[in-house]
Amino acid sequence: MKTFRLIRTGLAGLALALALLGGGCATQHVQSWQRGNLTDYAMRPDRDSLATAMAEHTWFSREASVGGRGVGGSGCGCN
Amino acid sequence: MSSHKQKSLLFVAGLLLAAFTGPLKAQPGVGDPLPDWGGLGLEGALPETGGRVLLVDFWASWCAPCQASFPDLAGIHRDYAARGVTLVAISVDRNVRAYEAFLKKHTPPFATVRDARQSYVEAVGVPAMPTSVVVGRDRKIRAVFSGYHGEKTGAALRAALDAALNENL
Repeated sequence: MKTFRLIRTGLAGLALALALLGGGCATQHVQSWQRGNLTDYAMRPDRDSLATAMAEHTWFSREASVGGRGVGGSGCGCN
Repeated sequence: MSSHKQKSLLFVAGLLLAAFTGPLKAQPGVGDPLPDWGGLGLEGALPETGGRVLLVDFWASWCAPCQASFPDLAGIHRDYAARGVTLVAISVDRNVRAYEAFLKKHTPPFATVRDARQSYVEAVGVPAMPTSVVVGRDRKIRAVFSGYHGEKTGAALRAALDAALNENL
């Protein structure tokens, strides 16, 4: 009986810890006015032409795959 | 399964659901008063708005649809200012240089201010960039338009402004 109680308390503690951790994730919603950071130059996947060329070369050599990197839009996810 | 076990499971499920959905914050909607912008540190000259219908536009220099909406907003300002509509464009730019460069390039004919601390935009709870809010003479929100979808949004804005102007308070 004592062991059962201990397990039950442990499970309840685990659930509470999960809930607290989950709550931390749930409040991290990016608001529309905060999306300026996403349009920063540093966020562009093609900001370094040399790195892009090397990655393309690797994909072409190892995976027989190249291109298909371009996406439209400004990147702000406005609408 | 015993009743006690069922209750425990329900409790845990509720706890996890509450944790992962996060707190819900009530945002002002149609029929609610527009939050007051006094004391929130808006940078720039705010126009006199007493007794006039308001069109409050939230925008940012990094937002392409906002840029596309400016010619339409300039047209609305030209057509409606004399009829009793005041347009206030509130930028949410943190980067003052980007904000000033945008204004220098686009030279809007309407009032433009900057919400540098992003406190007013948070109070209004703007869902997307840009968002236009039509406010009646009683300072209550009449319509909210999220995003800019070209002529469709322009026509909807004009219709909402016409309706707000034709109200007898």
